Amino acid sequence: MDINDIRGLATLFALIAFVMIGYWAYSGRNKQKFEDAASLPFADDAAHKQSQNSDGTDKNEGVIK
Amino acid sequence: MSTATLQPTYNYKVVRQFAIMAVVWAIVGMAMGLFIATQMVFPELNLDLPWTSFGRLRPLHTNAVIFAFGGCVLFATSYYVVQRTCQATLALPGLAAFTFWGWQLVIVLAAITLPLGITSSKEYAELEWPIDILIAVVWVAYAIVFFATIMKRKAKHIYVANWFFGAFIITVAVLHIVNSAALPVTMTKSYSAYAGAMDAMIQWWYGHNAVGFFLTAGFLGMMYYFVPKQAERPVYSYRLSIVHFWALVSLYIWAGPHHLHYTALPDWAQSLGMVMSLVLLAPSWGGMINGIMTLSGAWHKLRTDPILRFLVVSLSFYGMSTFEGPMMAIKTVNALSHYTDWTIGHVHSGALGWVAMVSFGSLYHLIPKVCGREQMYSVGLINAHFWLATIGTVLYVVAMWVNGITQGLMWRAVNNDGTLTYSFVESVTASEFGYAVRAIGGAFFLLGVFLMAYNVYRTVKSGNEKEGEVQASSAQTA
Repeated sequence: MDINDIRGLATLFALIAFVMIGYWAYSGRNKQKFEDAASLPFADDAAHKQSQNSDGTDKNEGVIK
Repeated sequence: MSTATLQPTYNYKVVRQFAIMAVVWAIVGMAMGLFIATQMVFPELNLDLPWTSFGRLRPLHTNAVIFAFGGCVLFATSYYVVQRTCQATLALPGLAAFTFWGWQLVIVLAAITLPLGITSSKEYAELEWPIDILIAVVWVAYAIVFFATIMKRKAKHIYVANWFFGAFIITVAVLHIVNSAALPVTMTKSYSAYAGAMDAMIQWWYGHNAVGFFLTAGFLGMMYYFVPKQAERPVYSYRLSIVHFWALVSLYIWAGPHHLHYTALPDWAQSLGMVMSLVLLAPSWGGMINGIMTLSGAWHKLRTDPILRFLVVSLSFYGMSTFEGPMMAIKTVNALSHYTDWTIGHVHSGALGWVAMVSFGSLYHLIPKVCGREQMYSVGLINAHFWLATIGTVLYVVAMWVNGITQGLMWRAVNNDGTLTYSFVESVTASEFGYAVRAIGGAFFLLGVFLMAYNVYRTVKSGNEKEGEVQASSAQTA
């Protein structure tokens, strides 16, 4: 086995890994999980508005200083 | 305003600092670009001084727009997005402040050394070794702050925007440290640790991945947060975003050799770079479609919201330049396009159309939020900025296409006896009109950024005024 066999195996490994990522992403089992993840940018809106001063600084001053 | 004290609380100070400096450096870097573009029309504008010559100011322009403007936007948005999607305040605030001041110091040092002609002469990595070490230190601090914040997250899942930011931070660290390896001779002079074709290959492995990770992955992270937020709906397909991420990061790293077609680089490496560049079209367009389709059902918002218009047009330019790029990586096309203005046009359709416009859209979304305002001081000015930026980009890109193809055809034209039909200076003369159009396009683009700066100034200022009002009214009730 020489270096070229290892190169071939590395390519094969990359292909298998990519197919597995695709399977993981699109398997029905994970559907709900990813839909929840997609809404993460909207999760903090309500809580956030009430914790900031009007100039954007934090009301819990000590936490950030 | 409610006075309730609720978690989570965010560190917006460092975000504000980076966001404001992003606008400042945008003006500096783009003004520098406009100045040297005008030198191409009126060469006497080099003032006959070494410090103001094209060769020294061009790297100052590229460093200022990529690392000063682009870098500040990336710091600001990544610190903002990682806090808000992890619902955690920024970890290690002292270290975060260090990344701000350290990065500004890097920029100032670049602005001093490059006009003096102190350069390692590696494209997009011109800064000499003491500055390179400072960059590496700041970057490692950035990585620590970012990933420590991710470790504090509330939700189990890490939102995909943070994957892109994380990949950008790690990869740029690796690229910068490997490519900048050098033997110092004096404080201002060093020699690359690599030699010959190997040095060229490492330089363009760095150079193309600076495009792929600094100017693409990081800005895709912004897309995956700010497009859904501004459109007020989740991303079109989260599953596609996962495939997009892994395909993009695993393919980009191989595309560098297309910068070295028909050079001393081994032929097989050139062909590999070409094939990998062609394959790269798939993840690039997958991501673009994912971003644009996020608007499905909300297209009407484009009529009234210039911020969303910035974001969507940036994705259109992204799609256009990621189609153009693989095409130019084909060796036979490259034989025509390489070393001509076509390359400059391609870079700027990406840099102005994609990187700068998605940055403007994101900053317009972010700046009011971190200044405690509902929206920017003037939506009309955002709209004016949008049109100036779009017209400027189109003028720039079209002028460079025409120039590039003209130059490519003139350089390869031969007479029946095998001699060249045109001298080089004839191709320069033929380019003059295009250079004038390019400078006008650049002036449009810069004018838009001036409008942005005024808008941001008024927004930040009135944010502070409002704070004063709140204090006054609470004093009355008390």
